Amino acid sequence: MKIALPILIVLTVILLSYAGYMALSPNGAPTEQTMGNVQRIFYYHVPSAWTAFLLFFINFGASIYYLIKRSPAADIVALVSAEVGVVFCTIVLITGPIWARPVWGIWWTWDMRLTSTLVLWLIYVSYLVLRRFSSSGQTALLAAALAVFGALCVPFVYFSIWFFRTQHPQPVMGGGGSIDPRMLHVLLLNWLAFSCFAFLVCWARYRVEKLQRDVDEAHAMRSLMDLRNRRQQRSA
Amino acid sequence: MTSNPYLFAAYAATWIIHVGYLSIILSRYARLKREIEELKNNSA
Repeated sequence: MKIALPILIVLTVILLSYAGYMALSPNGAPTEQTMGNVQRIFYYHVPSAWTAFLLFFINFGASIYYLIKRSPAADIVALVSAEVGVVFCTIVLITGPIWARPVWGIWWTWDMRLTSTLVLWLIYVSYLVLRRFSSSGQTALLAAALAVFGALCVPFVYFSIWFFRTQHPQPVMGGGGSIDPRMLHVLLLNWLAFSCFAFLVCWARYRVEKLQRDVDEAHAMRSLMDLRNRRQQRSA
Repeated sequence: MTSNPYLFAAYAATWIIHVGYLSIILSRYARLKREIEELKNNSA
C-alpha cells in the first residue's frame, strides 16, 4: 500500500494532464462545428456529472449497509462519498451555466434537468449540514435514511431529459444521440481521469475522518479519566 | 490549444474548486496531527 499509493497519485496526475490536453487540443477532440471551442467544456462538465452520480450511488450503498450492519466504516464511506460528490456536483452546476451563456444566450433556465440537478445538490448539502451540526447520537442513522431518499433523485436527474421537454441536450450514453468516436474517446478518458482523482480524494478524506474520530475518542477518554480522578480525589 | 474566455473560466473554476477542497482536507489533516501530538505530550 505504501508503494501503491504514490504510484496511483503519479498515474492520476499523468492521466489528468493527458486527458486535459486531449480535451483542449484539436489533435485530441475535434472542434464542434456549431458551438466551436466552447463545446470543450463538455469534457469537464459531463465527466464531473458522471463522477458525482457514481459517488452518490456509493453513498447510497454505504448508507444501506450502515442501516443493516451499523458499521462505522460504512458510515465514513457514506460521508466521504457524499462530500466529494457534492464537490463534483458543484462543478457541474458552475460549468453548466458557463457553457450555457454563449450557446443558449442565458446563464440559467428553470428547466427540469437544471432544476433537478440543483435539487439533488441541495439534498446532499443538507445531508452534509445534518452530519456537521447535529449533535444527536442518531445522526449517522438519520443521515443514512436521508441518503437513501437522496439517491432516488439521481436516476430522476439523469432521465429527466427523456420525460420532460427541456433545453438540455439528450444524454450521450443511452439517449439515442450520436457522438464522434474521437469525442467519445476523449470524454471517456476524462471520466477515467476524474474517477481516479475522486478515488484518491475519497481515500485522503477517509483517512482524515478516521483520524478525526480517533482524536474525538481520545478526548472523550481523557475527559472520563479526569472525571474519575477528580472523584477519587474528592472521596479520598 | 484553443482560447475562449468561457472555456478558460470553466476549466479554471473546476481546478480552483478541486484545489480548494484538497487544501481544506490537508489543513484538517495538519490540525489533527498537531492535536494528536498534544494528546501524546499531555498523557506522557
